[in-house]
Amino acid sequence: MNSKQENSVQARNNRNVWIPSVDIFEDETGITLLADLPGVPKDAVAVRIDGDTLTIEGEIRLACPEELQAEYAEVRASAFRRSFTLSSELDPGRSESVLNDGVLKLRVPKSERAQKRRIEVKVG
Amino acid sequence: MFYASLSSRGDNIFSELERLQQDVQSLFCRTSPASIRSVARGAFPAINVASTSNSIAIYAFAPGVDPSTLDVSIDRGVLSIAGQCAKEVPDANGPVSVYAAERFAGSFDRKLALPEDANPSNIDARYSDGILRITLARKQKAEPKRIDIQ
Repeated sequence: MNSKQENSVQARNNRNVWIPSVDIFEDETGITLLADLPGVPKDAVAVRIDGDTLTIEGEIRLACPEELQAEYAEVRASAFRRSFTLSSELDPGRSESVLNDGVLKLRVPKSERAQKRRIEVKVG
Repeated sequence: MFYASLSSRGDNIFSELERLQQDVQSLFCRTSPASIRSVARGAFPAINVASTSNSIAIYAFAPGVDPSTLDVSIDRGVLSIAGQCAKEVPDANGPVSVYAAERFAGSFDRKLALPEDANPSNIDARYSDGILRITLARKQKAEPKRIDIQ
């Protein structure tokens, strides 16, 4: 069974972290991950693959003037981090990611040999 | 208070349920209230409100929203933020399995009461990087006026 296994969240010491919501889809050629990252510009997010662990981390950057005082906040932490374990048939070296309107779309294809191949049956 | 004493007794059915409830909840809300998921499911987008002495800024965290569907309006001091967040499914030939579908999709409409001194005539709303930022000025406080007596 191919699947994305556990997600683990590691918060650094003394730091409030929020967990981005993700959608994960798998089709025959690979896995697509969509993550909600509002207020995170391209240079504030890092997608890392260490062996079989995929980590998305970064922080929200809001441009606001110094003297702004918060009155009501539903989002309080700026840093986020979420990790996934990739199964071995995925080929992280060929992954691609795009960040648009606060949504990160990451595509990790399956390696060639792992794709479903139809085997011809010879009769006779 | 009442519930805390009930669960501390430890061996009855309610404390078991309480422990189960807390375990399930801790799976979804690891850090509170910092987790973006600690907001109730119906409350998309998450909103932060901040102010200076002469302006109010409202940040709505709404990634993946089609800007043409965004509808921001003020009616009698209530700010309303509405729009549509399209469900994005990658097109692929063949079957697609879904392993996680945590992101919000569908239409949303959140209302926010503005403070009395908000000036609705001068509003700026900007959507970038998934954040809708609405700024409006506050009415200047009237200077105390001296009234001359005839």
